[in-house]
Amino acid sequence: MSKTWTVFKPYLLAAPQAIALAVFLVFPIVLIGVVSFWEFNGYSMTPAFTLDNYIGIFTSQVTLKTYLNTFKFVGLVWLATLLIAYPVAFFLSFHIKKLKWQVLLFLICTIPFWTSNIIRMISWVPLLGKAGLVNQLLMGVGLINQPLEFLLYSDFAVVLGMVHLYIIFMIAPIFNSLMRIDRTLITAAEDMGASGFDVFKEIILPLSAPGIAIGSIFVVTLVMGEFVTVRLMGGGQAASIGKLIQTQIGSLQYPLAAANAIILLTVTLVVVFSILRVVNIRKEL
Amino acid sequence: MMKSRSLSFYLLAAFFALFVLFLYGPMITIFILSLQGPDGTLTFPIRSFGFYWLGQVFQEQRVGNFVEPFKRSIVLGLIVTGLVASMSTLAAMAFRQRFRGSTVLFYLSIAALIVPSILISLGLGVMFQLLGWSTSWLTSGLGAHLTWALPIAFLIMLGIFNRFNPTYEEAAKDLGANDPKTFWEIVLPLILPSLIGVSLLTFTLSYDEFTRTSLVSGQYNTLPLEIFGMTTNVTSPALYALGTLTTLFSFTMIILAYITVSQLSKRQRG
Repeated sequence: MSKTWTVFKPYLLAAPQAIALAVFLVFPIVLIGVVSFWEFNGYSMTPAFTLDNYIGIFTSQVTLKTYLNTFKFVGLVWLATLLIAYPVAFFLSFHIKKLKWQVLLFLICTIPFWTSNIIRMISWVPLLGKAGLVNQLLMGVGLINQPLEFLLYSDFAVVLGMVHLYIIFMIAPIFNSLMRIDRTLITAAEDMGASGFDVFKEIILPLSAPGIAIGSIFVVTLVMGEFVTVRLMGGGQAASIGKLIQTQIGSLQYPLAAANAIILLTVTLVVVFSILRVVNIRKEL
Repeated sequence: MMKSRSLSFYLLAAFFALFVLFLYGPMITIFILSLQGPDGTLTFPIRSFGFYWLGQVFQEQRVGNFVEPFKRSIVLGLIVTGLVASMSTLAAMAFRQRFRGSTVLFYLSIAALIVPSILISLGLGVMFQLLGWSTSWLTSGLGAHLTWALPIAFLIMLGIFNRFNPTYEEAAKDLGANDPKTFWEIVLPLILPSLIGVSLLTFTLSYDEFTRTSLVSGQYNTLPLEIFGMTTNVTSPALYALGTLTTLFSFTMIILAYITVSQLSKRQRG
C-alpha cells in the first residue's frame, strides 16, 4: 500500500459527509448572514449593506417581547426536562440491576422519539381540550365546575408539548453519564460512612454534570428555534422567534427573517459556550 | 440503609411509571379514538367501536389525498437512507485514524444537530432563491433531511466502530487483501447488523421529519407536512386514524431495526 494512499484515505472517506454538510448547512447559514444585511423594499430583496434589519429588531417592542417569551419557553422547558429526566435516568441506572432490563426500559423511553412529532402533538388535543379527557375527569370527581381552559392553546400547553417531544434528549446523556460512574466509588464512600445524600451530592451529581450539560445544550437549542409546537399547542396566541421568522419567510421578507435568525443563532451559541465553560464535556465524547 | 433504599426504589419506580404514562398516554388516546364507529367524534365518550375511520383514511374526499404524499415520503426516505448509510459509514471509518480537520468535521456534525431547525429551512430557502432554483421535496427537502439524519447516523456509526475489533481486518491485510477487498469481505459483513439497524432508524427519521422540511418542500408535500395541513381542516376521527396508521408504520420500522440488530449479531457471535 503506497504511503500517499494511507495519508489521503481518511480525507477521501470523510469527503462525502463533509461536502453534504458544507452544501446544506454551512453555505446556507453563510447566506443567511449575508442576506441579513440586504435591503428589503416590501416585495423583493436587493444586495446592499444596511443595518436597518437589525436596528428594526432592536427597536421594536413587539419583537423584543417575542424574544423574552422565547427565553421563557427555553427556561421552563429546560427546568422541566431536567427535573423529570434526572430521576428517570437515576432510576434506570442505579435501581435497575440487570443490564437487560436497563436496556429494555431505556428503549421504551426512546421509541416515541422515532415517531412523528406532528402526531405526538395532535394526540394531546383529545386529552387537554375543553371537552377533553382531563377536564371530563376533573369535573366528574367534582374538583372543578367549569372546564379548565388553560390546558390547551396556551403557554402551558406549549411547554407541556415541548417537554414531551424533547425530554429524551435530556434522559439519554444523563443516563449515559450515570452508567459510566464507577460503582466502587460509591461502595468506598459508603464504607467511609457517607450517607445516601452525601454520596449523591459528592459523587453522583458531579460525575453526571457532563451528561446534564449535553442534555441542556440539546434542549436549549431545540426549543430556541421552535415554531411547530408553538403553533399547534399555542393556538395562535403564543409567540416565539421561530414562529416570527416563519411568518416573515411566509411573506418573503427574507432579510428581516435572516437578521432574526442571526440573532437567534448568536444567542444560542452564547448559551452553548457558557454551558461548555462551566462543564467539561470532553470525556463524554 | 436497606430499608431507605427500598423506599426510594418504590418512589422512583412510581415516578418512572408516571413518566411512561406521560410519554405514551396521548398516543394510546388517539389509538382508541381512531377505533370508533361512524358516530365517532374528536373526543370521549366513545359511542361505538369499529374500524370505520381507519377505512375512511383511504377515501379521498375525507382527508384529502394522502397516498401521493406517502409515496413521496417513502421515496425520499429511501434516498436519504442510501446516502446517509454510505456517507456515515465512510466518515466513521475515516475517524478511526487521526487526520487534520477531523475535529472540525466532528463539531460540524454536532452543529448540524443542534442548530435551531428554522435556520436550516430559512438557509435552504434563501440559497435556492438566490440560485434561481425552485424548492422541491426531492432537492431542498433532501438537503434538509440530510442535515438531520446524517449527524445522528454518523454518531451511532462512530460508536459502532469504537467497539469494532480491528484484528480481523489486519489479518486480511497481512494476507494481502487490498482496502476495498478488506471492506467488502471483512468489515462490511461484520458491521452489517448495525448498519441495517442504522438504516432503518435513518429511514424513520426521514419519514417523520417535519420542521426542517416545512418551508422548503416546494409545491408537493411529504406526509408529515400533509398531516400538518390536515390539522386545520379535518375535524373527524379520520385524522386520528391516519395518525395511528403512520405511527404504527414507524413502530414497525423501529421494531424491525431492533430485531435485525439483535438477531444478526447473535448469529455472528454463535
